[in-house]
Amino acid sequence: MTHVSVAVPCRLQINGQGYAADLPPSVTLLDLLRERLGLIGTKKGCDHGQCGACTVLVDGKRVKSCLILAVSIPDAAVMTIEGISQNGRLHPMQQAFIDTDAFQCGYCTPGQIMSAIALLEEGHIHSRAEIREFMSGNLCRCGAYNGIIDAIERIVAQQRGNHAGEAA
Amino acid sequence: MRSFSYSRPSALDEACQGAESVRFLAGGTNLIDLMKSDVERPAHVVDIKSLPMRDITDRPDGGLRLGALVTNADTAAHPLVTGRYPLLASAILAGASPQIRNMATNGGNLNQRTRCHYFYDPAMACNKRSPGTGCAARGGRNRIMAVLGTSDACIATFPSDMCIALAALNATVNLHGPQGERTVSVRDYHRLPGDTPWRDNVLQPGEIVTAIDLPPAPFGPHHTYLKIRDRQSFAFAIVSVAVGLQMEDGRIRRGSIALGGVGTKPWCVPEAEALLNGQPPSHSLFRDVAERLLHGAVADRDNAAKIRLAPRVIERALWQAAVGTPQSQTDKAIR
Repeated sequence: MTHVSVAVPCRLQINGQGYAADLPPSVTLLDLLRERLGLIGTKKGCDHGQCGACTVLVDGKRVKSCLILAVSIPDAAVMTIEGISQNGRLHPMQQAFIDTDAFQCGYCTPGQIMSAIALLEEGHIHSRAEIREFMSGNLCRCGAYNGIIDAIERIVAQQRGNHAGEAA
Repeated sequence: MRSFSYSRPSALDEACQGAESVRFLAGGTNLIDLMKSDVERPAHVVDIKSLPMRDITDRPDGGLRLGALVTNADTAAHPLVTGRYPLLASAILAGASPQIRNMATNGGNLNQRTRCHYFYDPAMACNKRSPGTGCAARGGRNRIMAVLGTSDACIATFPSDMCIALAALNATVNLHGPQGERTVSVRDYHRLPGDTPWRDNVLQPGEIVTAIDLPPAPFGPHHTYLKIRDRQSFAFAIVSVAVGLQMEDGRIRRGSIALGGVGTKPWCVPEAEALLNGQPPSHSLFRDVAERLLHGAVADRDNAAKIRLAPRVIERALWQAAVGTPQSQTDKAIR
């Protein structure tokens, strides 16, 4: 068999930067980000895949980093909340969360924003009900859900405006 | 999490080594969670994600083959699935959350463990987790537990949504193991707990699910997956029903139905399905079918409500299928 050993090679692209190290296979992607790389924007909430605070993008798909072994996604591209700003400016979704009061304590916010960015890519944005359903993997115990949906709808509307502009 | 050794083979035979202390890792949404809770304690984890079982392909009989490593999200969104098996897509989308569905695989969905609270708590007696220790769920806080197929040793509910649709669709599970290949009907894949509840299914040591085959489903719009739960999203079923009806001139030529949330495995009763055949839809027919499906149900301390609720969900689902208005998994209003 390949790689039967205590430490296992781990090779990733994290926010566009290469990472390589030998890791114990029990290290989750979440713990790699927070405890070894200092990328503490990604939060540990339940650590059991239920709350969504640890949501990151792996090869463009939103996933729960607490349930992934870091060594089990060789050469994957990982995107965290630290990687989404563009030229020092907030990502539009980050700005929309501020503009719509989409958080109170802020602990779930990085996961909400990563999930919302993926949601737009997936296109589950045809109605408020659909957005709610497809954001159900991210809990907010402050109950900022209405602001969160408002933020996402604002970006959806902006994108539709841009597309309409292009068409004209 | 306890330490373990890890390998990532790229060939099927290399993966199928067959020791009791080995666990196969695919999406990890259930296994990693159970390892963190100290319920699963593998000495070695075989990561199977490099194995070639990641396609959805046409079958010569007009059916479909779902690779075991295709994610639940990709399966539910695949044009061949949404086009020919909307019942399956609907059941998948009724379960878990988008992030979990992006990770979880079709093979893993079959092999997921119960979410019984007592199974998850190593301080509690549980015959499924620790054979011979007893069942703390019996007489305990058990409103989520099963009412069909239970035994003195175990009343744990099988939690899947996807598998309920697979049972209604009469899918077949393809296995590869040290003894070679074999196929098992999905209806026979999961075991009743009996006095050996630690064996959830018929998998032998070293055996891997490689694919799930779907026969042609001649239901048109006459299907539904109706799921009742404590909250509308990201919750396991209290009662769920998958139905497919082959309609002909206002009559049910052939009916297929499976229950989730109430059984220790996906619950099918061929005699109940046979009642539908050749009949026009009617309240009395659907009441008889529901009664036959629930025959033998036994409540424990807190879960008698499931026995009262299930017939109503079954009848509503049968009507949804009969009139061709499948349950929406986005707009959760039940019509």
